[in-house]
Amino acid sequence: MTGPEVNTLLRGDTRANRVVPPTGYTAHLTLFVAGAMAFLAVFALALALASGRIADRWASELAGAATLRINAPAEQLAAQTEAALSVLSQTPGVASARALSAAEQAALLSPWFGPDLPLETLPIPQLIEITEGEPGMDVMGLRLRLGAEVPGAVLDDHTRWREPLVEAAMSLRRLGWISILLIGGATAAMITLAANASLAANAQIIEVLRLVGARDGFIAGAFVRRFTYRAFFGALVGTLLGMTGVLLLPEASDAGGFLTGVGFQGTDWLLPVLIPILGAAVAFFATWAAARRKLKELS
Amino acid sequence: MGARVIELENVSYTYGGGELLSDVSVQLQPGSFHFLTGPSGAGKTTLLKLCYGALLPTSGRLSVFDQDISSLDRDQLAVLRRRVGVVHQDCQFLDHMTLAENVALPLMVSGRSEASEQDNLTELLSWVGLGARLEAHPPELSGGERQRAALARAVILSPDVVLADEPTGNVDWEMSQRLLRLLVELNRMGKTVLIATHDMSLIRAAKSQVQARVLRISQRKLQLAGADL
Repeated sequence: MTGPEVNTLLRGDTRANRVVPPTGYTAHLTLFVAGAMAFLAVFALALALASGRIADRWASELAGAATLRINAPAEQLAAQTEAALSVLSQTPGVASARALSAAEQAALLSPWFGPDLPLETLPIPQLIEITEGEPGMDVMGLRLRLGAEVPGAVLDDHTRWREPLVEAAMSLRRLGWISILLIGGATAAMITLAANASLAANAQIIEVLRLVGARDGFIAGAFVRRFTYRAFFGALVGTLLGMTGVLLLPEASDAGGFLTGVGFQGTDWLLPVLIPILGAAVAFFATWAAARRKLKELS
Repeated sequence: MGARVIELENVSYTYGGGELLSDVSVQLQPGSFHFLTGPSGAGKTTLLKLCYGALLPTSGRLSVFDQDISSLDRDQLAVLRRRVGVVHQDCQFLDHMTLAENVALPLMVSGRSEASEQDNLTELLSWVGLGARLEAHPPELSGGERQRAALARAVILSPDVVLADEPTGNVDWEMSQRLLRLLVELNRMGKTVLIATHDMSLIRAAKSQVQARVLRISQRKLQLAGADL
C-alpha cells in the first residue's frame, strides 16, 4: 500500500462513513480492546524503560569501582593494608584507593549485626575502596602483583555479581518490549476479528454498494476509517488511564528499590503518546487487510 | 456507445455442478426495450446478474459496452456498473440512511457532489412520486415506494441501461402500471431497458406504450428471442 493510498483511505469521503451503520457490538469491542491494550502497553513500556534505566545505572555504578579485601592476622593487617595501598597507588588506571575506616566498616555490617558490634574484638578483614580511572585498570595484572606482594589481598572487581544483575535487568527490559509487541499483535488479531465480524454483518450493505458501482477502495475505506478512529480513541483513553496509573506509583527511592523505580522520567513521558498512534496504525492495517480479503470473498 | 449495449455469445453459467443457463446468445441494441420472461427458477435473475457482472459466465463471451466482462477486475466492474442501473425485486437499501441518501448513493460512490446534484435528486424523487418522502427511512416505505425509490437510485447517474428484476413482483396492479410507465419513459429518453418478469399481464400492458421484444427462458435456454410483441 502506497502513502497516497493510505492518505485516501484515511481521509476519503467523509460522507462515505455514513454507509456503515454507526452502532453494533464490534464498535464497543474495538473501543474496549484498544483501550485495554493501550493501558497494558503503557505499563509494559514503563517496565521496559525502568529496566533499561536500572541496567544502565547498575552497570555504570559498579563498573567504575572495585573492592580489595585484606584477610590477614590482626598483627599483619596494617602492614598488608599499607602495602596494598602502595601497590594501588602505582597501578595505572586506579584513580584513587582508600582504606575504609572502622566506623565505615561497622556501618556496612550494622544491617546484619546491629550498631553495637565490637569490631575490634572480631577478625574483620580490612576493605579498600578502589575507584577506577580512564582507561580502566588491568585487573588480571593487579591480581598477580597483589598475590605476590600482599598475600592476604583478594580483589573483587564486582564482575561476579554485577553481570547477573545487569543481565536480569536487561532480560526484564526485553520482556517489556516483547510484551509490547505481543500487545500489538493481539490488538491486530482482535481488531481483525471485529472487522471480519462487522464486514460479515454488513454483507448486505456491501452488496448494495457494489450494485451502485462502489469500488473496493470506497467500501474498504468506510470500514477502515471507522475501525481506525475507534481504535485511536479507545487507545487514547487507555493510554491516559495507564499514564495516570503510572503517575500515581510511588516515586523512585533507595528504600523502595526496584519497584518504586517503575515509571517514566523526563522525556520518557512523551513515549506513551505514540501508543494511540500505533494502535490506530495497527487497526488501520488489520482492517484494511481484513476488508480486502472479505471483499474478495464476497465477489 | 457501440452498436450493442449488451451482447451474449454462447454464454453458459454453472453453479454447484448444475447448469443454470446454457448456450445463451442475445444482443441488446441501444435504446431498445426488452422483456425477459419465463417460469420461476428459469434463470431470469441469473441472466440479469450476468449482464451487470454480479456473476461471470462459466463459458461463452459476454460484453457490456464492448468490454468483455470476464476480463475486467473488480474496480473496472464497479465503474461499468455506474452505466448500468439495476432494480431488484427485493430492492435492497441501507436502512440507517434516509430515502434521499439511499437514492444518492450512486452519486456518493462515484465521487460526485450530492450538494451540486441536489436539484436533480429532488426532481428525480418527484418524478417517481416520492418528493415528499425524502427524509423517510426504507423500513417506513411501502412496497411500491421502495420499488420507485430503487428505480430512482438506478437511474440517478443517468445510466445507458436499466435492468429491472421483477420490478412489479411486490406491488399491486395500479403500482405496477405506474412503474411500467416510468420505465417506458426512461426508454423514450434513450435508455436501453431490460425487464425480467413472469407477469404476462405486464408485458401485454406494455404493448400499447412501447415497442418491446420478448426474450423467453425455458429449461436453461433462451428459446425465443426477438419476437415482437
